[in-house]
Amino acid sequence: MMDYFLVLPFIILAGLFVFGGLAASFLLAPNRPNAVKNATYECGESTIGSSWVQFNVGYYLFALLFLVFDVEAAFLYPWAVVFRDVGMAGLIEGLIFIFVLLIGLVYAWRKGALEWV
Amino acid sequence: MNWEIKTVAMFASEALREGYLGAAGYIILGVVAIAGFLAVLGMVLIYAERKVAGHFQCRLGPMRVGWHGVLQTVADTIKLFLKEDIVPFQADKVLHILAPLFTLLGTLLVLAVVPFSPGMQVADVNIGVVYVTAVGGFGVLGILLGGWSSNNKWSLVGAMRAGAQIISYEVSATLALLVVVLFSGSLKLSDIILSQEQGWWIWRAPVVGLVGFVIFFIASTAEINRTPFDLPEGESELTAGFHTEYSGMRFAFFFLAEFINMFIISAIAATLYLGGWMPFHIGGLDGFNAVMDLLPPGAWFAGKTSFLIFVLMWFRWTFPRLRVDQLMRLEWKILLPIGFVNLIAAAFMVMFGWYYGN
Repeated sequence: MMDYFLVLPFIILAGLFVFGGLAASFLLAPNRPNAVKNATYECGESTIGSSWVQFNVGYYLFALLFLVFDVEAAFLYPWAVVFRDVGMAGLIEGLIFIFVLLIGLVYAWRKGALEWV
Repeated sequence: MNWEIKTVAMFASEALREGYLGAAGYIILGVVAIAGFLAVLGMVLIYAERKVAGHFQCRLGPMRVGWHGVLQTVADTIKLFLKEDIVPFQADKVLHILAPLFTLLGTLLVLAVVPFSPGMQVADVNIGVVYVTAVGGFGVLGILLGGWSSNNKWSLVGAMRAGAQIISYEVSATLALLVVVLFSGSLKLSDIILSQEQGWWIWRAPVVGLVGFVIFFIASTAEINRTPFDLPEGESELTAGFHTEYSGMRFAFFFLAEFINMFIISAIAATLYLGGWMPFHIGGLDGFNAVMDLLPPGAWFAGKTSFLIFVLMWFRWTFPRLRVDQLMRLEWKILLPIGFVNLIAAAFMVMFGWYYGN
């Protein structure tokens, strides 16, 4: 239990690190905002419109695929740990599981989901 | 040789029987030690990066501040403290300020489980490998938030690329990790190191260990946005990518997180495939192993990790940056199928005992 409990001081440490650093730079650094300096940086051009617009995210399909393979990993971790104890049945079932996943990958590949457009 | 694992968490739980004060003392000691280590490590790595880069290009690197420029990073840190912290008027202020916190939080939490030597580890959680991948995945949140909240087109494109890249390569890294979990039969980092007493997995599991190591190292390099996978930052096309709008201290946090990440992936790769603090042992050769034990375990860990960090810096001056389509092809069409085949091969080898020192 203590191992997990130790994570909490680390979260506090990270918070102190960031806010301490921010406080120090707040006290030491100058703070003179002006309209030009705090404008959005675009290599000297003035920005046209906001960046918060609807746009076509080409990574959407990859995010979906990631979901499949990451959930798969969550299943394979316990499988890998008890692999030796389960024996031959574990090997065969693991192979079937991975085979089904590979079919999914091949399907996505054939459908062109892995192509960059 | 009998290795006795001691962690700060163990000392703290023992002290807890006496009273709360002793336990709190050990916890504070562990946290302060890691904080000091973190600050020093960040400075040393930035100095090393600049020196290595200099010598790769037949330059000298920083030379002016202190002996051979050793104080250069100290001066840079002071400069960053004194710089104005700019929040653009159009940005989402709260998220803009919080983003570096998220990135740093992920890297700091991973440091809690890194086994430096048998007597030096903060916490030895029983699902260490899952912990490392889960907490390490936290960094992408900070990058996405920082890029989006800046309300800057460069930042947004950089953050989107970073998100896609990090989640894609996480799949391959996980598959490579599973190979070691199969061979050692445990998720606990100290158990994984102890399972390599007869030899490191990179050579004890013939071919499979080496392939797993290479996949893990490539995928991790992509996960921490190091060259040749630095598309999210790509200074020649995106100015500075997701941290274009960051300056002063909060830029320093992103920068620090990047360098600490370098240490973390090297340390984890060394722990899983190169035996961590375990000296170079060959099963059966007791005399040889005894000679190897003369070097303290901490030195073995430091040596392996520094070598892998050097390899990362070497990558940077060797490979040109990939394009986005090449990046996605490398992951989904090359690394992922190889990773699956590697995992199946590893399962057969464990089942039938086809590895050294079985």
